[in-house]
Amino acid sequence: MINPIDLSVNGVPIAVPAGTMVSTAVALAGVTRFRRSVTGEARAPLCGMGICFECRVSINGREHCRSCQVPCENGMEVAADA
Amino acid sequence: MGKSYDVAIAGGGIVGAACAEECAAAGLSVVVVEPGPVGGGATAAGMGHIVVMDDSPAQIALTNYSRTLWMARAHEFPADVEYVSAGTLWVAADAEEMAEVERKRAVYEAIGVRAEVLGPRELAEAEPNLRPSLAGALRVPDDAVVYPPCAARYMLQRALERGAVVRAGESAAQLSGAGIKLRDGSFVPAGIVVNATGAWAPSLTPGIEVRKRKGHLVITDRYPGFVHHQLVELGYLKSAHSMTADSVAFNVQPRKTGQLLIGSSRQFGAEHGEIDANMLTRMLRRAQEYMPALAALTAIRSWTGFRAATPDKLPLIGPCPQDPRLYLATGHEGLGITTSLATAKLVADQLLHRTPAIPVEPYLPGRKQAEHD
Ligand SMILES: Cc1cc2nc3c(=O)[nH]c(=O)nc-3n(C[C@H](O)[C@H](O)[C@H](O)COP(=O)(O)OP(=O)(O)OC[C@H]3O[C@@H](n4cnc5c(N)ncnc54)[C@H](O)[C@@H]3O)c2cc1C
Ligand code: FES
Repeated sequence: MINPIDLSVNGVPIAVPAGTMVSTAVALAGVTRFRRSVTGEARAPLCGMGICFECRVSINGREHCRSCQVPCENGMEVAADA
Repeated sequence: MGKSYDVAIAGGGIVGAACAEECAAAGLSVVVVEPGPVGGGATAAGMGHIVVMDDSPAQIALTNYSRTLWMARAHEFPADVEYVSAGTLWVAADAEEMAEVERKRAVYEAIGVRAEVLGPRELAEAEPNLRPSLAGALRVPDDAVVYPPCAARYMLQRALERGAVVRAGESAAQLSGAGIKLRDGSFVPAGIVVNATGAWAPSLTPGIEVRKRKGHLVITDRYPGFVHHQLVELGYLKSAHSMTADSVAFNVQPRKTGQLLIGSSRQFGAEHGEIDANMLTRMLRRAQEYMPALAALTAIRSWTGFRAATPDKLPLIGPCPQDPRLYLATGHEGLGITTSLATAKLVADQLLHRTPAIPVEPYLPGRKQAEHD
């Protein structure tokens, strides 16, 4: 991998190529439930372009970030509702 | 001419729905005319705070009576009404406002409303996301919050179960004590007609002293535990009082979902519903002065609504002097969710000649209104 980026998803380290979006890193980490709906249903990315808000995760402690819109950075701590 | 009803109500907001429920429960035949979705007017725009307010003796009497009615029914509401007794914190910024906290506590104590004074440390513990160095607060633990459109729908459902009829998608064109003339030209005859069309009431009963007062609200994504009480700055009173200037005040409330409602603004003379970016910015800036951490949260939606304001800040409840069979139930300004249940009781008490729990005179449409600032 050229210029791998090291981050963690739900506490598990993962390396991804530079330019990878957080949504992809979460999926690569094997997580399928990104968050829960207000009634507790599983949710995951739908539109991939920042419109549907289904892909929200917490990034570095900040909740409700649209993971499909945020490029991975070294040391990032991502928490999805696995 | 169609069937005649005992009571015909124009408007299916929370006030019309509460009146329908109360009249149907008393055994009267009821029809409600509502052009849009039930609770789709100011009722859908409001915050749903059930709150005792002490602007005037008549306002305390009405809000306290109505809150008692809400509290007594808390157990019966379905989950979507989202009744939560979180309690209000009236937040004091400085020593001057702390003096107001003490005055307010004494007023509430005198009428049997539970209230306790919090010092700066207790306030910081109760609401860690407020800015440090606030002076304190008055906690009113039995104030609550509901999701108003579902509360309205529930009340109307109860009326339907007792035989009331809803003319959905139909609009009143003209009201008189004899009945409601619909836009399509047909006539719904009735013994008593109630104008419960909120801020639209003057278009059906010209000459009544009701003006539109626009408000903005914002709702955030879900942040459970970020805020625990309904938070209102004490300076709110100054803001809500002004009959002329546009104003904003810090007002943040948690929804059962963990979402936060952020308000509030007040504007006269703004007749259109679009978002005013300038007012919205002022409102959010005010909120952030009290709660800096709000800046990091995501807002998902903002909207506006129209309060029905009267010169003396009290609603119009009861018969019109010039047409005693035409009742008004409007003018509830920023308190119509709170006071809907008491309004319905006072309407039914008057038309059935029952003895009301509180005097009705301060709210009668024919009263002399002292403009009050
Ligand atoms: C931003 C904001 C925040 C608020 N926060 C609170 C709060 O925290 N606590 C509180 O107690 N109150 C609050 N309020 C006030 C509260 O929302 C209102 O006082 C209350 O909803 C009024 O209810 P209503 O049934 O009289 O009016 P609406 O809900 O406006 O109902 C009137 C109905 O009449 C219908 N109508 C209109 N024209 C006609 C016609 N020609 N024929 C038949 N029907 C017609 C409309 O479609 C509408 O459904 C707030 C208001 C706003 C705007
Ligand atoms: S997938 Fe739709 S906003 Fe991210």
